[in-house]
This record gives sequence, structure tokens and C-alpha cells, in this order.
Amino acid sequence: MFMFEKALVGGRKYWIWIGILLALIFLGSLAYLRQATVGLVVTGLSHDVVWGLYISQFVFFIGLGASAVVVVLPYYLHDWKAFGKTTMMGEILGMCSVIVAMLFIFVSMGQPQRVLNVLLYPHPNSLIFWDLTVLSGYVLLNAVITVTLLGAKHEGVPPPKWIKPVIMLSIPWAISIHTVTAFILSGLAARPFWLTPIMAPRFLVSAFSSGPALLIILILILRRLKVFDAGLEAVKKLALIVTYCMVINVFFVLMEVFTIFYSQIPSHKEHFEYLFFGLDGNYQLVPLMWLSVLLSLAALALLLVPRWRTDTRLLTWACVLVFISLWLDKGFALLIGGFVPSPLGVVARYTPTLNEWTVAAGIWATGALMITVLYKIMLSIQEEQ
Amino acid sequence: MKITRKDFLRLSGLSLLALAGGKAVRAVTDLAGASATAVAGSAKTVRWGMVIDLGKWRGQGTDKCIKACDAAHNIPQIPDPAREVKWIWEQPFETVFPSEQTDYTRQTYAGRPIPVMCNHCADPACVRVCPTGATWKREDGIVMMDWHRCIGCKYCVVACPYGARSFNFSDPVPYIAQVTPEFPTRSKGVVEKCNFCAERLAQGKQPVCVEACPDKSMIFGNLADPNSEIRQVLGSRFSIRRKPELGTQPNIFYIV
Repeated sequence: MFMFEKALVGGRKYWIWIGILLALIFLGSLAYLRQATVGLVVTGLSHDVVWGLYISQFVFFIGLGASAVVVVLPYYLHDWKAFGKTTMMGEILGMCSVIVAMLFIFVSMGQPQRVLNVLLYPHPNSLIFWDLTVLSGYVLLNAVITVTLLGAKHEGVPPPKWIKPVIMLSIPWAISIHTVTAFILSGLAARPFWLTPIMAPRFLVSAFSSGPALLIILILILRRLKVFDAGLEAVKKLALIVTYCMVINVFFVLMEVFTIFYSQIPSHKEHFEYLFFGLDGNYQLVPLMWLSVLLSLAALALLLVPRWRTDTRLLTWACVLVFISLWLDKGFALLIGGFVPSPLGVVARYTPTLNEWTVAAGIWATGALMITVLYKIMLSIQEEQ
Repeated sequence: MKITRKDFLRLSGLSLLALAGGKAVRAVTDLAGASATAVAGSAKTVRWGMVIDLGKWRGQGTDKCIKACDAAHNIPQIPDPAREVKWIWEQPFETVFPSEQTDYTRQTYAGRPIPVMCNHCADPACVRVCPTGATWKREDGIVMMDWHRCIGCKYCVVACPYGARSFNFSDPVPYIAQVTPEFPTRSKGVVEKCNFCAERLAQGKQPVCVEACPDKSMIFGNLADPNSEIRQVLGSRFSIRRKPELGTQPNIFYIV
């Protein structure tokens, strides 16, 4: 495989890390095998909450996938030299995130062996058809870009000219993957909580804060491990992007709050009430929601003060807070909140089971393994120079 | 010309892409074609619908018609209410007609059991979102399910505004007391719902719930025929439908 041998060289820490990931993947596979044999009864899903942890993770990881555009766009369209060393990192992160998202879709299927029916009997009425199309296209684009750029670097030649338009195409394509994902939720008359045109813009800005936040964390880890220095200038610029997008994200959420609570339409209000104050004695998500609010406010405080934002230690904290806050909100509550109350007024409970968490952990570990291996290859090629 | 392994892989990748592209183009053009035929075939002779007279439903024995459906369609009796499979069942009035409830009707209507099932909507959201065509709308208005094509993505369950669709979280067969051989059982991981007894209509019979129901509280018939009994009833008595504001146009009518 493509320069794969470079990923097979590493110190003790590297192999321990790989070992942990492989162990998690193994456990996840066992848990998935159980789910595939017995059925989705091993999850916490029910008649009223038919989508849960898997689909919410799908939504979240599509966001991380799309966020590669925040390094690609400034570097290729505006020639921001600071992102020279991070662009490839962003592209790899984006590609792996989308693969993770696709794995989450796969494990949520009741009849996974029939999943190719989506291609065999294509129905363009369905947004799932378009989602599969844009997601596979995005993975393909990023794979071609990464392989071509790394190959050129490895051989010490400038990248071929035809790759530039491919990279340009990947920019609007990144926007499209998260837009189509938002459309899956925002086009349903049955679910007033998601039925809002701001869903896609909100998805994009929250992705453009959680994605670069993760990228900053990864850059700072590699720096700390003395493996690779992407430059503090890049970190600074990314931090600025995180700040702006996080502010816009909070602004968008507040706009939703205004429309819903001023218009007072019960079917729209109930979902927000369930999330923030509880409904019919069910307070399951209330602590998570307020935790998410508190974390995002704390993160905003750290990000908005320039002196704190430029301090790498505080910035790391801010990024961790942004990531957790958005994971709680978009990676869990946003999806579950749409199901409660149900169209028949049921205020259902949903708690992911251990089996579900194990499957999810296996998929996260798969993503981490892909990123580790690809970063390893990327870094060893960069070292050759 | 010598083909290296790299070239071979590249070529196969490209051919796969071309294949997928062609398929997608065909699907989109099919869609355009399908809407054209839908307009041409608008002179439908049969459009099935149902009227439920709630005044008559109050009587005893209403569970007879639910049980008749369960038996005829091999519907599993799953003890866990969160994983139930339901085709026709009863729901409290206020959950079926949330906007028809006032502070003053609560005493009389709250908690009154209302029979609910798939509405066989004229513009069904479930059919629109299905990625494989495993659920589709027949010419006669019935929203059908193909349990061999369904991939279990549950998008239709999410899109249905009436909670009429159930997912098989596990193998349903152990929960069927006595399997009716005339009707297929389902497997785990697929979605199912009321089919308006399409298998009985094909034999010229009425749906099993209508037949089993005492007091003629359910009237089933052809909405496209102005002389049918159902049209006579709908023309002479005031009826309501569930969530009409969503534009799905249910074909189950309730006389309150």
C-alpha cells in the first residue's frame, strides 16, 4: 500500500498507542457482532427514539470532516502561508472524520448487508441518496489530494498542475457534505425541532469551531511530543477562526431561542423545554444542556480575550471546552431533542447501552488509528526533506 | 502496452466511478419521467380510504378488530412497550388530535381511546425519504412496504408525523403466538406498518379490522367513486384528519 511501510516504524509509545487502538477496535467489533446477531435491541433505541448515539455521532463527525475547509480555503484561495504545514493535517483529519461518520451510519442500519440497495435502487427523493453521493465523493477527493501531494513531496517534485482544480473543488464540496446532512434533519414536517432553515448554517459554524479546535489540540500535541512543529502562527490563525465561528454559533442558537419562545408555538417550544428544563418529569438531558452552555461560555471568555487566546496553555483549554461543549450539544442533544416529545406526545427516555458505547468506541478508535497512520506517513515524508 | 498494478487499480477505480455516475444520472432522469407519468395517470379509478366513526368505537369489543389484525398479519406481541410493533392500536384522544383539545373538552374526551394506524397519506413523507424505494405508494393509494428491500435506516419512522411505523429491534417470530401461514413474517432490522390489507383487497375482501369491528364503526371504500358508501358518509357528516396542517393529506377520516 501507499508508503504504508513508514507507519510500521515507531518507538515504544507509538506501538502502545497503536495497541490500545487495536484493542478498542477489537472490542467494538465484538460488540457490533452481537448487535448484528441479536438486532438493535442491544441498544437503548426504542419506538420513539429510533436514532441515537450512532446517528448523532454521524452528524458530529460530518462536521469535523467539513471543517478541513478552514485550512484548505485560506491556504489555496488566499495564500495564507501560515497554513502551509497544517493544510495536509486538516485534509487527513477531514477525510478520516467522514469515514468515521460513514461507519456510524453503517452500524445504525437494521439490515446492514442490504446497504448497497441505496445504489442498486437509487432514489434521489431521499436525502440519504445525496448524502451517500457527496460523502463518498468527498472521501475520494481528499484521498486523491492527499496521495498526490504526499507522493510529489516524497519524490521531491512539485505537485502536478491538475491537482489544483481538484483541491478547489473540494472546498464547495466540504460545504455540501454538512449542508446535505443538515437537510436530512431539517426537511421533516414531523419533527418541528429540526424544521428550521438555520440548521445548515448552524451546522457549518459549529463544525468550523469544533474542527479547528481539534486541529489545534492535535498540532499542540505533536509540538509537545517534539514530533512536528506546524508553527505557532498557524495555531494563532486557527484560534481566531474558532473564536469567530463559536460566536456566530452562539448567535445562531439565540436566534432560534427567540423565534421559538416569542412565537410560542407549542410543538416547537416543547423540544427546547425538554432539553433545558425537562418535560413531564423527564430531566434526562437538562444537566448535559446546561453543562454545554457553561462550557461554551467559558470557552468564549478564554477565546475573546486576546491575551488568553494567544497563551497556548489557555488556548488548549479553550479548545477542549469548545469541543466538549459542541459534542454535547450537536453530537448528542440536538438529535435526541428532536425525538422528545414524539409525534404522539411520548416523553421517551434514551440512554445508550454499554454495547452501543463499545461499538462507538471501536469506531472512534478506527478514526484515531487512520489519523495516526496517515500523520505518521506524512511526518516521515516531511522529515526526509 | 504494459499495464502495471498501479495503472490497473487506477483504471478499475475510474470504471467504478463511471458506472456509479451513469446510475446516478439514470436515477435523476427516471425521477423526471416518473412525475410526468403521475400527471398522465391522474384519472385514478380506485383510491382507498377509511372513515372511523368514533361515536360507535366507544362500544365494547373494539379490541376484537385490533386482535384480528394482529393475528392476520403475524404481528409480534412484544412485552417491552418501547419496542412494540403496532399496525392498528389505540391512543388517548389528546395525543391523536393535540390541537383539537380545549380546556373544556378535556373532561369528556381526555384519555378516550382512539384507533390509529397508517394514514396512507396522499403525499406520504415516509415514501419521500426512503432511500431504496422499500416503501412506496401504489396507484390505489396504499402505502406499501417491501420487507426484503428495507435496509433498516429508520428514516421513514423519523419522517412519519403519526408514529405509525414500527421497527423490528429483534427477530419478531418468537413473539408470534401462532403464525398465520398466509401472511409473511418479518425479520429483525426492518420497518413495518399497516398495509390496508392489500392481500385481502386483492381477493375482493374488506380489511380484516373493518370486518371484525362490531357496530360498523369503520367504513372502508373507494374515495374516487362518488357513489361509494364512504363518499356518501364523508359528504353528509363532518370529519377530521390527523395533523392536516402538515399537508400529508391522510386518507383516514374520523367522525367525532
